Amino acid sequence: MKLKHIIFILIGLSFLSSRLQAQPAEQLIKQVRERLDQVVDYEAEGTMKTNVSFLKIPVSKITMYYKKPNKLRLKNASGFSFLPKGAVNINMNQLVQNENYTIIDAGKETLNGVATRVVKLFPLSDEDEIVLSTLYIDPTNLVILKSKTTTKENGSFELEMKYGKYIKMALPDKINFSFHTKDYKLPKGITFDFDDGKNGKVTKKNPSKGTAEISISSYKLNKGVSDLMFK
Amino acid sequence: MWGLLNIELYKIAKRPRTYIAFAAIAAIVLIFQFAFKADGQSYMDLMLQNIQDNFELDKNLAINGYFMCYLILNTLLVQVPILVALVAGDSISGEANMGTLRLILTRPVSRSELLWAKFMAAAIFTIVLLIWMAFLSLLVSTWIFGIDDMLIFRVKGDESQILQIAADDVLWRYVAAFAYAAIALMVIASLSILLSVYAENSIGPIVATVCIVVFLTIVSNINVPVIDKNVKPWLFTTYMVGWKGFFYIGTDAEGMPIKGSVENWASIRNSITILLAHIVLFFGWAQFTFRRKDILS
Repeated sequence: MKLKHIIFILIGLSFLSSRLQAQPAEQLIKQVRERLDQVVDYEAEGTMKTNVSFLKIPVSKITMYYKKPNKLRLKNASGFSFLPKGAVNINMNQLVQNENYTIIDAGKETLNGVATRVVKLFPLSDEDEIVLSTLYIDPTNLVILKSKTTTKENGSFELEMKYGKYIKMALPDKINFSFHTKDYKLPKGITFDFDDGKNGKVTKKNPSKGTAEISISSYKLNKGVSDLMFK
Repeated sequence: MWGLLNIELYKIAKRPRTYIAFAAIAAIVLIFQFAFKADGQSYMDLMLQNIQDNFELDKNLAINGYFMCYLILNTLLVQVPILVALVAGDSISGEANMGTLRLILTRPVSRSELLWAKFMAAAIFTIVLLIWMAFLSLLVSTWIFGIDDMLIFRVKGDESQILQIAADDVLWRYVAAFAYAAIALMVIASLSILLSVYAENSIGPIVATVCIVVFLTIVSNINVPVIDKNVKPWLFTTYMVGWKGFFYIGTDAEGMPIKGSVENWASIRNSITILLAHIVLFFGWAQFTFRRKDILS
């Protein structure tokens, strides 16, 4: 009798497991979207560390504003800083908000020890700025851990998210945003520089690639954000 | 000695040409401030070039008092040597021209003391000129444009860089930069005095100083490997822009600026040493010549 029970449970579990694994990519995206839909707007405080070979700039304090469906603005809390223009793409809602794309299940991949589902999104509209998005989704927590996006005019960029206390709302604590940038070249003599004997050939960073590490310390969720913040 | 110095300072203060320097600096600084208040964005657009497609920057905040002062010094410190030469180049030759040199030396004053007094008066004039420059370019600029972090655009070897210095890390750099500029301009003053010792009229040493400075500045900025290695290290004009070294902030392995740091202290120390050596050389040479000179006028 006991053996029968065990066999029955094992069969049940394996069926359930196979059902879970076979969860269609469309269903997964829908669930992720539902998660993201909980957030109507937010105001997030944090810091941004920009790593670009020609920019020697300090870590800046930033405030990030979001409003449904796709408004996102990054501002310096005080003073000025170089804000990557593509940072607006860190808005995950923008990637999965509409259903006007073809979803392709691209299998599974382990990302930092987490088993993820890889889903590719191809926009159906020719007007869409995004050409292809690849999402690495944590199926347990229903959050996007990584995305690779190729655009028509602004090159490609990559996002890696780490979640903490706001995981239930699918809001990351850390975002690592990688982007392409043009090399910066000033004509010699224009700045009338002092030659201090140190040559400028020591940089090992790729001049055409930059990263911005955004660490969010707090979110003010669904408290209303004025449209003026996005102008 | 104190009495001699007072007399020399009185003479400088009484000469109308002294005030040309102050007026010229005021005019240049004010026109710069006006131009940047009216259309500073064009300059920023030029410096940021193609990276404007990738980055967003609040240019109004970037064009602040600290940034303006750096730009003004960058322009002015090329012209100020001429203004210093106007006063220092006249110190001995002016007396000779007016026939008062022989008269002064008949009094119980040694030639060495007289030359020291002339040099110190020129040095005080230079420092007062720099204070005037600091007042206009730093204080007035911060009043007009406000205070924020400071941007430095720089070409380092084959690489172009943009440095950002936190607002609370800037002021000490300006104090150091103005002190450095004072030493650099004293080289010009000592060169002018040296040339003045040889001349019998005021124009000669002033024009000669300006010509030497312009010629050597051109040599210092020519990019020819032979000159880079063998000539430039010995020219004082190579180190005239060394004040900028205080604004080349040190960075960590990730390229983040380190507050309170300077990229290459050794280079700044070396530059100051070379400038001081030039002052000693020029002024020592002037002393040597003046003591043995047959004063006929």
